[in-house]
Amino acid sequence: MIETIGLKKVYGNVTALDRLNLTIQDGEFFALLGVNGAGKTTTIKLLSCLVRPSDGDAHVNAHSIVSEPLAVKQQISVSPQESAVAPNLTVLENLALIAGAYGAGPKEAKKRAETQLEQYGLAEVAKKRAKTLSGGWQRRLSLAMSLICDPKVLFLDEPTLGLDVIARRQLWQTIETLKGKVTVILTTHYLEEAEALADRIGILVGGKLVALGTLSEILAETETASLEEAFLRLCSKGGVTA
Amino acid sequence: MKMLAFANRCLKELLRDRLTLIFGLGFPLVLLGLLTVIQHNIPVNLFELSTLTPGIAVFGLSFVSLFAGLLIAKDRSSSFMLRLFTAPMRAWDFLGGYTIPLLPLCMVQMLVCFAAAVLLGLKLRLSILFCILVLLPAAILYISIGLLFGSLLNEKQVGSISGALLTNLSAWLSGTWFSLDLVGGWFRKLAYALPFAHAVDAGRAALRMDLPALLPHLLWVTGYALFFLILAVLVFRKKMYSDA
Repeated sequence: MIETIGLKKVYGNVTALDRLNLTIQDGEFFALLGVNGAGKTTTIKLLSCLVRPSDGDAHVNAHSIVSEPLAVKQQISVSPQESAVAPNLTVLENLALIAGAYGAGPKEAKKRAETQLEQYGLAEVAKKRAKTLSGGWQRRLSLAMSLICDPKVLFLDEPTLGLDVIARRQLWQTIETLKGKVTVILTTHYLEEAEALADRIGILVGGKLVALGTLSEILAETETASLEEAFLRLCSKGGVTA
Repeated sequence: MKMLAFANRCLKELLRDRLTLIFGLGFPLVLLGLLTVIQHNIPVNLFELSTLTPGIAVFGLSFVSLFAGLLIAKDRSSSFMLRLFTAPMRAWDFLGGYTIPLLPLCMVQMLVCFAAAVLLGLKLRLSILFCILVLLPAAILYISIGLLFGSLLNEKQVGSISGALLTNLSAWLSGTWFSLDLVGGWFRKLAYALPFAHAVDAGRAALRMDLPALLPHLLWVTGYALFFLILAVLVFRKKMYSDA
């Protein structure tokens, strides 16, 4: 379970995230929406211990991001916005490296890497260097790398950004298989992605959480017929207009 | 285990960058050959192989510093590193991972340098191996300086500072190309306040098996190496948070 308690991050004069109070249950697929600069990536960076909060705290499976960052990091995995792969390593080596970074020995890391190759359909490109792969393949590898450590919580930061429609749909299918098995926090600009995948949705405007609930709850609360309409209305209320 | 997994990756990155390897191993050899030819034509004591080779071996380490700095600076600017920063790895795992493959690279570089010197006429003797061992703290010093620059600067800045400033500093202030005693004054004092001239003098003393002359220089270099290593760890730790 993830629980944030008054989580706040200030950069200079800018409040990137303002007292976020949020609980995400085990196995839940949670989508965090917002325009650029709304605080989505800051939330992920805070929860994955990449930056320290200016105030407040959060607990990931009962471990504090402030006082127990290493314990938190052992539980989580992050798939960053861009394809976060080592370009000069092969697909197999990339996977084994991440398994090793989470503490697996060389044999165990190789075994896990081979399992991931099969599970995520990467076997045919196993010996190719990551830099030679297409964008879609790189994202698939990036996702497989995120899951090789068997995380309890997975952060997907705009995983389909820049992908063509086919590659995006393929990645959706892969992500969908994670539902119920891993707690997933997804940030995305594609509202249909959140509609299709998320159990609950949170909408951030100017660093503040302005809506939280299932799709139908958000539509009912905003008296709108679609997530896009609801999103635009909430952004407009928060001073962000089209 | 985490450190070794990362070291394995860094080794592959280094070995797969052939241009860097050829430049790092080849440039000191070209200098060694050129200066030996000069020495044959106009004999200068400083360019005798037993005096020149330890200096060239130390100078070659400044390229390893450049490799280290570039590798770490390149990594820091990538989202791949962002992913690794979210893994349960400590700053020491990262810096150890960078250092472990660079140390054998330094050894190989020095071995190649001495092997070339032997082919050019340096007497083959056991003290060559002793000299390489004595130069290990200097290798750690150069690697640490590279790690520090790579943690603080971007790839372009590392290229100019490590590539130009450090190579020039370690060339001018090491006493390899000209005698520091001949220049004297503040220049000599400055050179001996820094570790480069001490590293070269330690190498020369080791090659002569002159232990009393070797020890003070070795201690000076080791002190600097430890200082820069600790500083690199502290700066990298701070950067792990501020880069994100």
